[in-house]
Amino acid sequence: MSNPASLTADAPDATPGDAWTPPSKGKVGMACLILAESAIFIIFVVAYLFYLGRDTSGPKPGEVLELPILNSICLLSSSVTITLAVRALERGLPRAFLGCWAATIALGGWFLAGTALEWRTLIVKHGLTLQTNLFGTTFYSLVGLHACHVIVGLAMLGIVAALAVAGTVRRAHAPRLEVLAWYWHFVDVVWIVVFTVVYVIGR
Amino acid sequence: MKTVSAAIPRTPAAESAPVGKTWLEIVHSWVITVDHKKLGLMYILYGLLFFVVAGLEATLMRLQLAFPNNTFLSPQVFNQLFTLHGTTMVFLVGMPILFGFANYLVPLMIGARDLAFPRLNAFGFWLSAFGGFLLYFSLIGGMGMTGAGSAPDVGWFAYSPLTAKAFSRGHSTDYWILGILVGGFGSIATAANLVTTILCMRCRGMTLGRMPLLVWLNLVMCGMVLMVISPLTAAQIMLLLDRFLGAHFFDTQAGGSAVLWQHFFWIFGHPEVYVLILPGFAFASEIIPVFSRKAIFGYPVMVGATVAIAFVSFGVWAHHMFTVGMTAVGNTFFAISTMLVGVPTGIKIFNWIGTMWGGKIRLATPMLFCIAFLFQFLIAGLTGIMLAVVPFDWQLSDSYFVVAHFHFVLVGALLFTIFAAIYYWFPKATGRRLSETLGKWHFWVFLIGFHMTFDTMHLPGLLGMPRRIYTYEAGRGWDLWNLICTVGVAFQGVGVLIFVFNLLRSLFKGAPAGPDPWDAWTLEWATTSPPPEYNFAEPPVVRSRRPLWDLKHPTDPDWKYE
Repeated sequence: MSNPASLTADAPDATPGDAWTPPSKGKVGMACLILAESAIFIIFVVAYLFYLGRDTSGPKPGEVLELPILNSICLLSSSVTITLAVRALERGLPRAFLGCWAATIALGGWFLAGTALEWRTLIVKHGLTLQTNLFGTTFYSLVGLHACHVIVGLAMLGIVAALAVAGTVRRAHAPRLEVLAWYWHFVDVVWIVVFTVVYVIGR
Repeated sequence: MKTVSAAIPRTPAAESAPVGKTWLEIVHSWVITVDHKKLGLMYILYGLLFFVVAGLEATLMRLQLAFPNNTFLSPQVFNQLFTLHGTTMVFLVGMPILFGFANYLVPLMIGARDLAFPRLNAFGFWLSAFGGFLLYFSLIGGMGMTGAGSAPDVGWFAYSPLTAKAFSRGHSTDYWILGILVGGFGSIATAANLVTTILCMRCRGMTLGRMPLLVWLNLVMCGMVLMVISPLTAAQIMLLLDRFLGAHFFDTQAGGSAVLWQHFFWIFGHPEVYVLILPGFAFASEIIPVFSRKAIFGYPVMVGATVAIAFVSFGVWAHHMFTVGMTAVGNTFFAISTMLVGVPTGIKIFNWIGTMWGGKIRLATPMLFCIAFLFQFLIAGLTGIMLAVVPFDWQLSDSYFVVAHFHFVLVGALLFTIFAAIYYWFPKATGRRLSETLGKWHFWVFLIGFHMTFDTMHLPGLLGMPRRIYTYEAGRGWDLWNLICTVGVAFQGVGVLIFVFNLLRSLFKGAPAGPDPWDAWTLEWATTSPPPEYNFAEPPVVRSRRPLWDLKHPTDPDWKYE
């Protein structure tokens, strides 16, 4: 028994069962990133709630903010389309995949454009900037932080779309795209929190 | 069991040394490497480099404080020195050295060939390195050297509104923010990498319940890093927005709150202490059993206590803020939660003693450092419980008693376990042993210096000496204690010099170590010293917590009992 092989040979009852299938590296890694990002967002949300209603001068959230209903529907439905896209790729339907993927990008892009228009109105019409008051500071930083994540997500989605058009995205890549989809779902869930905090509680 | 130890594959240490390569090629190979062992060593060397720098900064401060009314340093330079010393020791010494050990040891201990994402690992290291150099660039860049000097001088916790543009002119605070921010991204990347590695890359049979405690503690530590560094990152982004874009997060003129910064900082700052000390526990949990010739006492309880410490540590931050003026409920909550940390920590201390109890203790250098760690960490914990008592804290907050308390944690506990770990794993990384004689000199000289400095430092604190003052008047009863503190630094300095000399000498002249110089039980000792790039020729299979014990004692393996 005293040979080096005893560390490597399949000794009897060496492992609990034959299956030794550790979890997917991509998913665990993405879960770690999401955990860290959540902590960052929590701090920004806490700052928003902490400073809510403490402004000494206007404009106040209730006076200038409109509910971004259509925007929110677009972003949330993009979570559905990305799931459909990954499933289509898993089943080997490249055209359906590309269609759903493009729809995801379009919906995310719509959301971003909507945010840009909202900011334009706030800045030009209401004169609200990051420097105006505490509301401006916390609003633009929280919504802006989320928008940055949408931009990063769209960049990654765009790279995959370019690769797919070039024909290099294959069925075997579905698990990797699912990891990317996790990030996109996270961005959506953050939007639900931001929406609730900024537009429902804060208004 | 001579026949058994021969079973472990041997290769001469010189084999992996680069032969016939130019200096440029060697440097190039280190810069482009994605190997977890090389990156781990670079992390540790980077940490040791800054350890010497921050140690010199502390020495300068102690020289200034050795005598009352001393004019060795100006107040401005003194402020810069304590800011750089604190920031450097936490972010550029503690974190890199601990990540370095995790990088080096975790894959070896779980029988993997590298981390889950080797390139992300290199990216994380270079981000951290860049962050450190960015912080120190403030000394020479911008207005530094020639002008007023632009090293940050806002203290390592950079309280607002001192960091506002109006009170902190120039770019010194910006260097502080950006250096730590960038290093923080590196830490998050590496922590995510290590968690993924530990969960996904274990060899066959390495169930969670069979992982070495070092791996368990690093898993918990990295999970904490993900949640701990992020609040600091968020707060620093807010501070950057304040300083560059005119936002009002911490701008008290426009209704911003200076206390909010304190909350955000300490939500990071206190768990960070546990992030630093958990790897110290991890080293002790590997070294004490091997040098007591016994398996660790209460393995599941040790894991549970670690998780409990991590959990409780997220609810204690405001004990740094008792003097801010919180509500009675707030004070009570944070006092109780802080004392609660003492329970799992006490369990750990008893388990280490339980491991040593009845063991055949070998007093080699790593074990000496671990035994000193046990005593010193106990004292650090006791003064910590004292400071959790709110009225006591009101009296002693921001005094030298607090400084003495956390130096007992970070030097008396953490640094001692880091020294132990370096003596223990140096043979694995280099193939040569450190000199035991020099090691014992290092231990005793450093131990004497440590106790001269930090035992004594409690006293001026109790006598009312505030921290961060650049000088003091004679006749307050602080003079003698401050002088003894400073003399102790000389002993510590000599100890570190012996250590560095030992490292350099043993690197070239040390006795060959062989694969398993300590007769240890975890997987890293199953491969050669230093390990080949692929770690294990064949992925190992383990059946118990001590795979090498099973290998060496085939008639009495651990898996029969676990």
